[in-house]
Amino acid sequence: MTTSPSASKVNRAAGATANFVDERTSIAGFVKYFSRKLFPDHWSFMLGEVALYSFIILLISGVFLTAFFIPAVTPVHYEGTFETMAGVEMSEAYASTLHMSFEVPGGLLMRQIHHWAALIFTASIMVHMARVFFTGAFRKPREINWLVGFTLMILSLAAGFTGYSLPDDVLSGNGLRIIEGIVRSIPIVGSYISYGLFGGEFPGEALIPRLFTAHILLVPALILGLIALHLFLVFLHKHTQYPGGGRTHKNVVGLPLFPVYTAKAGGFFFVVFGVIALMASVLTINPVWNYGPYDPSPVSAGTQPDWYILWIDGLLRVMPGFPEYVIGGYTLSLNVLIPAVVVPGLFFGFLALYPWIEQWATGDRTEKHVLDRPRNVPVRTGIGVALIVFYVILVIEGSNDIVATLFHLSINDITWFIRFAVFILPVVAFWITKRICLGLQRKDRELVLHGHETGRIVRHESGEYVEVHEPLTDQEIWIRVSYDNHKPLVLEPETNEFGVRRRWYRWSRFKQAVSRFYYEDRVEPVTPAELEAARSSHH
Amino acid sequence: MSTLSNQPPSHEVPEAFQDPGVPTEHRPRRADVDERAAKRAERQVAALFGMSALGTVIALVSYFALDIGDGNDIQAIQRINMGIGIGVALAMFGIGLGAIHWAKTLMRDHEMVEDRHELRSSDETREAALQDLRDGAKDSGIGVGRRGLLKGSLITALAVAPLSLLVPQLGGLGGDWNLDKWRRTMWAPGVRLARDPDGTPIRAADVTIGSVFHVIPEGLIDLEHPLEAKAKAVVILIRLDPKDLKIVPGREDWSFDGIVAYSKICTHVGCPVALYEQQTHHLLCPCHQSTFDVSDGCKVVFGPAKRPLPQLPIAVDDEGYIVSQRDFEEPIGSSYWERLK
Ligand code: HEM
Ligand code: FES
Repeated sequence: MTTSPSASKVNRAAGATANFVDERTSIAGFVKYFSRKLFPDHWSFMLGEVALYSFIILLISGVFLTAFFIPAVTPVHYEGTFETMAGVEMSEAYASTLHMSFEVPGGLLMRQIHHWAALIFTASIMVHMARVFFTGAFRKPREINWLVGFTLMILSLAAGFTGYSLPDDVLSGNGLRIIEGIVRSIPIVGSYISYGLFGGEFPGEALIPRLFTAHILLVPALILGLIALHLFLVFLHKHTQYPGGGRTHKNVVGLPLFPVYTAKAGGFFFVVFGVIALMASVLTINPVWNYGPYDPSPVSAGTQPDWYILWIDGLLRVMPGFPEYVIGGYTLSLNVLIPAVVVPGLFFGFLALYPWIEQWATGDRTEKHVLDRPRNVPVRTGIGVALIVFYVILVIEGSNDIVATLFHLSINDITWFIRFAVFILPVVAFWITKRICLGLQRKDRELVLHGHETGRIVRHESGEYVEVHEPLTDQEIWIRVSYDNHKPLVLEPETNEFGVRRRWYRWSRFKQAVSRFYYEDRVEPVTPAELEAARSSHH
Repeated sequence: MSTLSNQPPSHEVPEAFQDPGVPTEHRPRRADVDERAAKRAERQVAALFGMSALGTVIALVSYFALDIGDGNDIQAIQRINMGIGIGVALAMFGIGLGAIHWAKTLMRDHEMVEDRHELRSSDETREAALQDLRDGAKDSGIGVGRRGLLKGSLITALAVAPLSLLVPQLGGLGGDWNLDKWRRTMWAPGVRLARDPDGTPIRAADVTIGSVFHVIPEGLIDLEHPLEAKAKAVVILIRLDPKDLKIVPGREDWSFDGIVAYSKICTHVGCPVALYEQQTHHLLCPCHQSTFDVSDGCKVVFGPAKRPLPQLPIAVDDEGYIVSQRDFEEPIGSSYWERLK
């Protein structure tokens, strides 16, 4: 190939620019470090990217919205173009939301892009988290990054909730009133936290401006900083990889960041943007003009918070009312505190600490860069599915009125059913999942030992008919036998050889119980000796 | 097709399987071997990038050419919304799909291998780092066990200094911190019950059996900031057939001829309780479905609320209007720690 004169002119200009920048920043070092860094390829590694890209889309669309939204509850009489609301008294926040929807071309589109991006942001974070959980990507050395990610998840909920509350329509106002009720249920300090939050009585005039600052500055700045840390750690650790030939805990097998990943991941950003833009242009979301401005009196049936809050709503709904007690004249409202504070606290706390819980069980302190196939860790996979089932049941309870109308059921029956199901079904789900995993592991053993069924039947000299089995390739065998086969930790005796009771004995006993729970039932990987025995018996 | 490398002669079967290594065979793609296929892929990628540019044109044309109308026509608004939106979507899809298609068909797809390095620093580095810290501590004169006064005072100062900012800031957040406001509403002796939202007073004669009124105190709409008052004072007024009404002991004179008034704010977490079912006399809170029995003192019959809705004692004035006898006897709405104090 020959280069045309114009191309070489371009090259020379590019070279001069690169030289200019490098002489001032030594950027060549960075480029060399990053550009050919390898990334393993798998569709499930794109989930974190979806979260990242929807966040960028939130920033872009959010900046547009700030140009028109007025974060104030000063009452005004609506004078805009939307006739249904003519003359209605409302806050400036609500009026400005109507204004940007109806009078700014593209304004409604931006609002809808922003809202859809928020829903996809939260959803992709949770699915990404599930991916990290089920594949064991949180193990050493990624525990810190798991915590960073966990914090991002909580922040994404905060971002969503503060944003949802800004337009000051009936739905968002009711959501805030529920928050007020929840905060007030906290013993001793709750009333003061509520007063501090709202700047006095509900609804007050302070909250919307405060939420606005949190929503456009505080929360996104924290998210941005933590995303930077999150991705820094991904680069530092180098991405994990699924098991396969040549993939070890000491290497990374994949495609280089430049050009393949730049094209795929960069391209994927535009695809995510395209999907969100398409949704925003054809699917209406949060039509606040139908709800009306906030007023403490009206409310309609079948109104829902955004999806990521539904499970808390479900918890509030499923809780029976009896445990409210008056102790020494003080009111302890456990019927609100348990569902809205205690259970979510335990749920999130468990998730945050999970990497360490599992480490007690394995006692394994080595670096893990090859991911687990979920079947090979049946108890973890079972726990994950149980948590998802728990969550989904509560989401259903959070929409029990809609479920009731849809299937012609009584709301009370649904709630009664769920009061039991929320305890029973996760346990059942755990048990079934664990069984399925063990079954899949046994099937892997069968496959390795006896090969693929071919459907070809041959007749032996002895006259019997047998199906021909095709042995697995070394690659296929390796994927099925190369997992960590953890066994329960062995407990040292209560007293040492001098008859002195060991320190921390109870703690060790607890850790051992956790370990037994994890690894008592297990399927051993095939050994070469077993394979040889199986193969020779076939011939 | 299996190589039996994993199956050496039986007398030396290994303990564990050997890693077979990264698969060496690489399945070539069409465009790798066929120049025509490669050209075709190139044209497809270019077409996708072209589609993107077209999307941009659609978005801009929609923005400038479509009329948002008089700002009242939802259809016109949705038309422009869709025009710009689909233009943006195409503009984005085109770039995205083009780049991905390019990567998948034309870019080299051989996997490469790179070593990882253990994250733990070497012992020498750790020791050197520790030594640096020790040296620094020595330079500052605060080595282990030395200058306790200096260290103690510094730590104390650092620990308490934030209070100088935090206390004033937090202190300002809650306004007057007067929790007593939660105990009082606008209801007082002789305040008329008025319709929400127009504020016209209600005559007992207007309240037929089975009817429901959403009520605010008369005068509320003239307040400058009505929402805080309204959030506490809203009431639901219902007339039952007096023989269906079980009167709570001690509240014999709180109702008038089957007309009862209850706070509309749910005792669970404060939503307005708005759905009344005539046959059962049940009031349902749509938020978490607490159900209150109006015929029996608004006791909770289902759901997560514990306490009945507070009742507003009412009477009828000389002109036949319904009025409150006095304020609620307990704070309305959700429970809080100091509620009964
Ligand atoms: C704002 C939210 C988040 C963003 C933008 C984000 C982004 C990403 C990206 C782009 C990656 C690399 C690709 C991948 O493995 O998917 C990644 C990896 C990772 N993320 Fe997240 N993430 C977020 C939230 C979370 C959460 C909630 C968790 C778990 C609690 C988490 C834990 C991890 C871990 C452990 C890795 C390393 C995975 C590996 O190397 O296999 N992240 N994240
Ligand atoms: S607020 Fe009424 S049931 Fe929860």
